[in-house]
Amino acid sequence: MSAELKTDSRLEKILKSGQFAVTGECGPPRGADPEVVRNKCKLLKDNADAFNITDNQTSVVRMSSISSSVIMMQEGLEPVMQMVCRDRNRIAMQSDILGGAALGVKNMLCLSGDHQKFGDHPQAKNVFDLDSIQLIHTVRNMRDNGKFLGGDEIKGVPKLFIGAAENPFADPFEIRVPRLAKKVAAGVEFIQTQCIFNVKKFAEWMKGVVDRGLHEKVFILGGVTPFKSFGMASYMAKKVPGMDVPDELLKRMKETPKEKQAEEGITIAVEIIKQLREMKGISGVHIMAIEWEEKVGEIAQKAGLLPRPKV
Amino acid sequence: MVVGERKPFDEILKMLEGTKKIMVLGCGGCVTVCLTGGHDEVRVLSSQLRMARDKDGNPLEIIEKTVERQCDPEYVEEVANLVPEVDAVLSMACGAGVQYIAERYTATPVSPALNTTFVGGSKKEGYYVERCQTCGECKLYYTGGICPIARCSKSLLNGPCGGSTKGKCEIDPEVDCAWQLIIDRLKALNLMDRYEELMPINDWRTNRDGGPRKMVREDFQR
Repeated sequence: MSAELKTDSRLEKILKSGQFAVTGECGPPRGADPEVVRNKCKLLKDNADAFNITDNQTSVVRMSSISSSVIMMQEGLEPVMQMVCRDRNRIAMQSDILGGAALGVKNMLCLSGDHQKFGDHPQAKNVFDLDSIQLIHTVRNMRDNGKFLGGDEIKGVPKLFIGAAENPFADPFEIRVPRLAKKVAAGVEFIQTQCIFNVKKFAEWMKGVVDRGLHEKVFILGGVTPFKSFGMASYMAKKVPGMDVPDELLKRMKETPKEKQAEEGITIAVEIIKQLREMKGISGVHIMAIEWEEKVGEIAQKAGLLPRPKV
Repeated sequence: MVVGERKPFDEILKMLEGTKKIMVLGCGGCVTVCLTGGHDEVRVLSSQLRMARDKDGNPLEIIEKTVERQCDPEYVEEVANLVPEVDAVLSMACGAGVQYIAERYTATPVSPALNTTFVGGSKKEGYYVERCQTCGECKLYYTGGICPIARCSKSLLNGPCGGSTKGKCEIDPEVDCAWQLIIDRLKALNLMDRYEELMPINDWRTNRDGGPRKMVREDFQR
């Protein structure tokens, strides 16, 4: 991987300097009150290097990723602006990429997006003009070639560090390494994985990644989510598509007294982070504490990831 | 074939409010094959309509007809002497057929009795599934003969999303993941190298996005 910096992203600097990176996540509110974002930012600040701002996650309408990213920057945190292919065509996407970059966004995560069936507007028309891999290519082409998809020159290129997600636990399993290879070929620079609970299966995927040398071409951040309760663990195991929660973890959560389950969930997350740090090819972790932002600091602390480096 | 599904009966009744005499016009094409708009369905719907309107004390006179194809001016012409007799035509064709009737018979209102649902085929009798979205640029060579545009819920061109689970789509455990089918087939054919190629950003101009489409055989335009 070239150590040359392509952007002013702090996340890029940390990863390219060989330090173990930590990213977090912030879900925007279902309203226009900026204080909700500011309050989450206060809980998250200094606990990770950069923070994803989700883009209408689970297809539920929320404050936009771009505007929430701007509020986050006002609070002194570095956002990773997420963008899904579900809601915009290539014209709107390229426009928002320019807009985000103009407002100071330095990282972007390219996603397909959950199907609108899961959200609060299942009647909506979906777009999917591009898929996530094509979106990666689009941003890379805009940044490095200074060209729009239509071929015209961009005056003032968007300097964005380009990320994407990958779910090693979705089916078919054998396609998951080749799919990462396609993202790398399209120009992705960092990957945040789906929540890892089945570390054994994740290690199997990582072996495939390392065997193909992909870890030398892209930074891989393992996704970690703490269970708040047995109820949440069981919901994730049964109801969330593409999620792999091993029975022994479910059993462990179930056998923990209710008032101690949150603590146990954090202990499990910390254990998983420690296992990931030992794994070849892992450059960092992505801590997704869903509507539990106040715990990111505690998890990072217990996993020995604090303080975050100053770059 | 073009598959259609009959509209709810109450919706059909509502569209026919104010009429005394109508024509229920079937189509001998695709909708006959998928058992929704052919000769037999014209008879059934007409009887239902007569009974409902009789019960209401507002009888409805119905001319029952079925033509070979409603998407062909030659066959649409066959009812030219009958249409002026009715207050409205209730077409049991797909959306194309309904519009052919409207274009030819400008003085008579036409209503659709079906919702045109998709281009597909039958799995077994009375069970139809979508197979083609008529995008205008066939990609089946790359995907082992299984269409990701029509059959992936997100029309993804470069592989399955993260919601593919045990061969099923994240939107519904009854729906097959198109990409699981594609991968299985490419593997069986030893063509997995086709998956590794990046599918370029699609040109949707050939799809409906480029505006209404036409196909002209120049050699027939003399």
